[in-house]
Amino acid sequence: MESRKDDTHRMVTVTINGEMRQGLAEPRKLLAYFIRETLGLTGTHVGCDTTSCGACTVLLDNEPVKSCTVLAVQADHHQIDTVEGLETDNVLHPLQQAFWDNHGLQCGFCTPGMLMTSVALLQKNPHPSESEIRHAISGNLCRCTGYVNIVKAITDASHKMQQEPAEV
Amino acid sequence: MFPNAFEYYAPETLDEVYGLLEQYGDEAKILAGGQSLLPMMKLRLAAPSVLIDIGHLANLSSTTETAEGLTVGALMRHKAIETGHWQRYPLLGETAPWIADPLVRNRGTIGGALAHADPAADWGAALLALNASVEIESRIGTRRMTLEEFFIDLYTTALEPQEILTRVVIPAPKTGETFARYLKLERKVGDFAVVGVAIAVDLTSDGTIANAGIGMAAMSGVPLAAHQTTSILVGQHLTPALIKEASESACLEGDPQSDRRGSAEYKHSMARIFVERGLTQILQQWRSTQSA
Repeated sequence: MESRKDDTHRMVTVTINGEMRQGLAEPRKLLAYFIRETLGLTGTHVGCDTTSCGACTVLLDNEPVKSCTVLAVQADHHQIDTVEGLETDNVLHPLQQAFWDNHGLQCGFCTPGMLMTSVALLQKNPHPSESEIRHAISGNLCRCTGYVNIVKAITDASHKMQQEPAEV
Repeated sequence: MFPNAFEYYAPETLDEVYGLLEQYGDEAKILAGGQSLLPMMKLRLAAPSVLIDIGHLANLSSTTETAEGLTVGALMRHKAIETGHWQRYPLLGETAPWIADPLVRNRGTIGGALAHADPAADWGAALLALNASVEIESRIGTRRMTLEEFFIDLYTTALEPQEILTRVVIPAPKTGETFARYLKLERKVGDFAVVGVAIAVDLTSDGTIANAGIGMAAMSGVPLAAHQTTSILVGQHLTPALIKEASESACLEGDPQSDRRGSAEYKHSMARIFVERGLTQILQQWRSTQSA
């Protein structure tokens, strides 16, 4: 947590994973680093840091965005959801479980971003087709899986969430 | 990565924006969706000392449709355009899904993209094909100019330091039968166009072209409108022979540069193929509406 408060820092207040948190940030601090360094939630990964890979994807007011390309001050008084908010009471979110079951990750680096994009997809479209899934995750790069098992995992999760309406 | 330090302002009214622009002028940059500006600042290709975040100006993110045309607020996000219904303006829905990737489209705005003036950007080509204008405001007043006047050079527009682009104005189609295609060659999802071609055609009931527009991305130092080609088209019946002639003409209007995305020769060829392919698809679509 940064402790310095002067003219160059601003207080940023966000509701992150349902919890209100505050932290000081220089205006040039990007949301990804605010989440990781200031709020201590390191589940959000920084991959390319050039708006290409989507590893840093978080939900900003329920829309998936690249948090390396949003300033923390732009998120002031907004709602953020990260991968840490998916699990409830030590039970994985159906999407997390489906990634596990379908071998939807190998190194796992892209997974937090991939999951957040998928969460937003299934909120809007509970029964996506394969091409809709591939379109939705086209801003998230994975260099291990070849995407096949990721698509399978998201499809699997959409079926299971339909059977047992869980919280998304 | 992080940008150079800057002073940050988040005004809530256009009046405050005017004041900041008058105070800081060239030192300031306007931040809309930030999907081009922030990456450039992180790479230190841009280092404004003042950033004016206009994300709080709520009245710039809506659209107004009248008989004369469609007015789109500068802060309308690509995603909102992608998911909107634009019966009289099908080129909007054709183009939006090709912009960057879904995550970027959730943040990026139409006004920001135009003010950034990347010659390879998709909106430049599409809105030139639609013969759109932009509204530019400052304390002094509002002025309107065509997009062609607005795009001056690579990343350079007619915006003065004290001005802000507030709206995009698209004239209504000339007939009830309007058709559009956006064709883009990209190396991967999210990349800029190797070549992009936007086509809008208004047909009369007997298949005469009442109005046409062709805009091209990455075919010049600015987004390019293929005027000579549209003048070949207007007043004629859309036929395979005319399509051939138009495609040969359109690619010659461009002057692309060879770069890592492809040689100038390749881009010329792709522009020709895209114009031919797009117009052919429009012809087929029109024929199917006739037989239906």
